[in-house]
Amino acid sequence: MIVQTIAFYVFSAILVASGVMVISARNPVHSVLFLILAFFQAAGLAVLMGAEFLAMILVIVYVGAVAVLFLFVVMMLDINFKELRSGFLQYLPFGALIGLILLVELAVVLGAWVTAPAAPQAAGAPMPPLDQATNTEALGQLLYTHYVYLFQASGIVLLIAMIGAIVLTLRSREGVRKQNVGAQLARRREEVVVIRKVPTGGGV
Amino acid sequence: MADFWSGFLLPLIIIVLQILAIVVPLLVGVAYLTYAERKVMGAMQLRQGPMLVGPFGLLQPMADGLKLLAKEHILPSGANRVVFYVAPMLTFFLALVAWAVIPFAEGVVLANINVGILYLFAISSLGVYGIIMAGWASNSRYAFLGGLRSAAQMVSYEVSIGLVIITVLLCVGSLNISDIVRAQTTVWFAVPLLPMFVIFFISALAETNRAPFDLPEGESELVAGFMVEYGSFPYALFFLGEYANMILMSAMTSILFLGGWLPPLNMVPFTWIPGPIWFALKIVFCLFVFIWVRATMPRFRYDQLMRLGWKVFLPFSLLWVVLTAGVLVTFGWLPK
Repeated sequence: MIVQTIAFYVFSAILVASGVMVISARNPVHSVLFLILAFFQAAGLAVLMGAEFLAMILVIVYVGAVAVLFLFVVMMLDINFKELRSGFLQYLPFGALIGLILLVELAVVLGAWVTAPAAPQAAGAPMPPLDQATNTEALGQLLYTHYVYLFQASGIVLLIAMIGAIVLTLRSREGVRKQNVGAQLARRREEVVVIRKVPTGGGV
Repeated sequence: MADFWSGFLLPLIIIVLQILAIVVPLLVGVAYLTYAERKVMGAMQLRQGPMLVGPFGLLQPMADGLKLLAKEHILPSGANRVVFYVAPMLTFFLALVAWAVIPFAEGVVLANINVGILYLFAISSLGVYGIIMAGWASNSRYAFLGGLRSAAQMVSYEVSIGLVIITVLLCVGSLNISDIVRAQTTVWFAVPLLPMFVIFFISALAETNRAPFDLPEGESELVAGFMVEYGSFPYALFFLGEYANMILMSAMTSILFLGGWLPPLNMVPFTWIPGPIWFALKIVFCLFVFIWVRATMPRFRYDQLMRLGWKVFLPFSLLWVVLTAGVLVTFGWLPK
């Protein structure tokens, strides 16, 4: 038990520290690397709580895919750090306001969850006990059986977001030459090679 | 105190010994994989390969290792010191930790966790960080381009690897790696899922940055890509990590499609040979194909690589996921 407690405090301490470093690191690439470290610590905490499926998905999706693209973009940015610093005070009130609103919203959600009479029921009811099903199965039951319509609805929201992103960035350019592999493979010798006998001094 | 000994210290010592029992043979395997690669490629190109250091050149990997250790170590000017050193360490570390969940025989596994295959997938998808960090921290154009190429390539091929794994999992009904092997007792998944096997193997080539997908290194255009600024021991770490990754991907291929530690037929002459030896033989077979491909195929062009990943493999493996699920449901073969 003592080992788990120590592990918990180590993970949470590094999580909080790297979270602070994400916003205070001077170099944006370091910020992203600290963000990845934070994801890892969160995954470690999830494993400690017995939610191993969530932990692995967190690493695969956020660290393995999202953060790679993040790093990809941030590395290619040509940022002037002095300019970036100069706007700090100007944007501070606006940023603080957004942060405050998010904090209040989180507090409201958490408060409602604690005080609502139906909440313990909703939290406990559809979940099979852990000794009967692994947490992958439990999660699958919850998502695909009990909340299947909500799951489908969120899928549609994501699909619309994807279509929106494509529509926003798609532009057809003139004069772009693309490789058509099918057409290349379908070429026959007769279509592209002509053998002629050229008479001397006559030209083709 | 006695409680502390039996409850914490003794298990810790046992685990450390088990880890050593996995890592030491693995590193020896990596050393001799480089030797095997040079010998096999030599034979394919009508050359001898290494033959002067020791009998049949068998001590060549040791000589190479010593040479790398004795070389001068250089930090490029303007390089990001911490990230520059963390990158090779990370690559090597990730190539080793993945072995924690690989079963070598029935019940012979360091950590028999329920989500083993997801753990493997997660670790293999992290491999890109070592490369991208090395490319960025070197403060060099060649290295940076290599890092960017590799990031794009690995993310693309992970998608199809994920779908292939889902197809296998549909036939198994569990995320536990030992269960995946046990489900192949009657027939290896390479037989019913042959197209997925091929796709997985090609994606594994791309994931480990091997020829014909070795664009991040591309020595003819990027002079070795992301590791151009590395020398001495950090370079050795990259090298070891890359070859350990090849062995890991071969192990994954044999677990998912070639029945892991199981013999090809459940009959007497085959069952005499113990499981770990079968497993090792399958890994060696996959590694031989890795080398064979390298000696045979020309390098892909970058846009063709992306086309293959996104326009060919992704739709095809998605189709196979749907097809496999449909067949399993229609005939009532879904595992309980």
